[in-house]
Amino acid sequence: MKKLIGFSAFALLTMTLLVSATRPFGEGYKIGDKIEDFTLKNIDGKMVTLSDYNAEGYIIIFTCNTCPYAVMYEDRIIELHNKYADKGWPVVAINPNDPSIKSGDSFEAMQVRAKEKGFPFDYLFDEDQAVYPKFGATRTPHVFLVDKNMILRYIGAIDNNAQDPESVTTRYVEDAIEAIRSGAQPDPDMTKAIGCTIKAKA
Amino acid sequence: MTLVLLFIQFFSFAMSPLNAGHAFACGEGGEMPDTMAIPVLDYARLKPYLTKTNDTTYIVNFWATWCAPCVKELPYFEALTTEMKDEKLKVLLVSLDFKKQIESKLIPFIEKHHLESEVVVLYDSDSNFWINDISPEWSGALPATLVYRNQDRAFHERVFHTQEELNDIIQPYLNL
Repeated sequence: MKKLIGFSAFALLTMTLLVSATRPFGEGYKIGDKIEDFTLKNIDGKMVTLSDYNAEGYIIIFTCNTCPYAVMYEDRIIELHNKYADKGWPVVAINPNDPSIKSGDSFEAMQVRAKEKGFPFDYLFDEDQAVYPKFGATRTPHVFLVDKNMILRYIGAIDNNAQDPESVTTRYVEDAIEAIRSGAQPDPDMTKAIGCTIKAKA
Repeated sequence: MTLVLLFIQFFSFAMSPLNAGHAFACGEGGEMPDTMAIPVLDYARLKPYLTKTNDTTYIVNFWATWCAPCVKELPYFEALTTEMKDEKLKVLLVSLDFKKQIESKLIPFIEKHHLESEVVVLYDSDSNFWINDISPEWSGALPATLVYRNQDRAFHERVFHTQEELNDIIQPYLNL
């Protein structure tokens, strides 16, 4: 009987985990929501709290080492930071993947990749996978623009051509930042792109 | 001896089930094809595949060879093609492999795994339009699966971990 109870408890737990793993798209912060501050470990080992940047705004990008789409955007993410950090809008990159599923996304691998590419921005690790679900992030790369009042202003893609940077005709993130800086609403404030699903335990 | 081997090789290639659903790059007069050709479609040309109005249930899986969870669930879709031949069911694998990797990654993958389901490549940079057009419920993450029969459509942005999980969503469409 004890065995049976143990098994039932296990089955129930598994079911609960399965249900929570199939979080539907659309949950998480909406445009105009105030986001909660968060603290995550940076690749230099230091804990970073978002509000400590005291920035004009934040280019929060859920990204990783292993997704080809994320890799295709690495240089463009570096350019974004170099263009906007001085204007008070730093890139804050966050790896949301569970390295037990994708070993190439371990904290050590993040350090290696950041060094190889010379990331000029912080690259944080969502080790407990507690931050990305609040944003409703579903893929890498997935961008969230947050203004200095911690209001979410834009969700989506970096630009309109992942595979061919030369053929980009609309830079969604840059356009959205410029709109916010000039006191306007980003238009569009939501875009979609293909990306890799965020790796979480089932 | 060499000739016999060549003959067998030609035959096993020509008879491979893989070739059934695909057009060859050449094919006039029984020539030995160099390579298989996979249709590369923009969204306007893909859309007719996603909006057919007949009594077949279409299972459209969006995937890529570089997407590990996609590759893992692919056998479940293949099983629908190979084991449910009596059902009015058709699997379409829409690859989002990069255009420059079709020859080097996608075709070798299809050949290696002897995929029997029809494969097409979607190459269209305006993903901000077509992701929503395929389903407003889709965030753009891979893998994702559209199941439809006429106007009845369901979209699943998720991974199928077992054959049963996939069969469960197909079941309501069978024996209609």
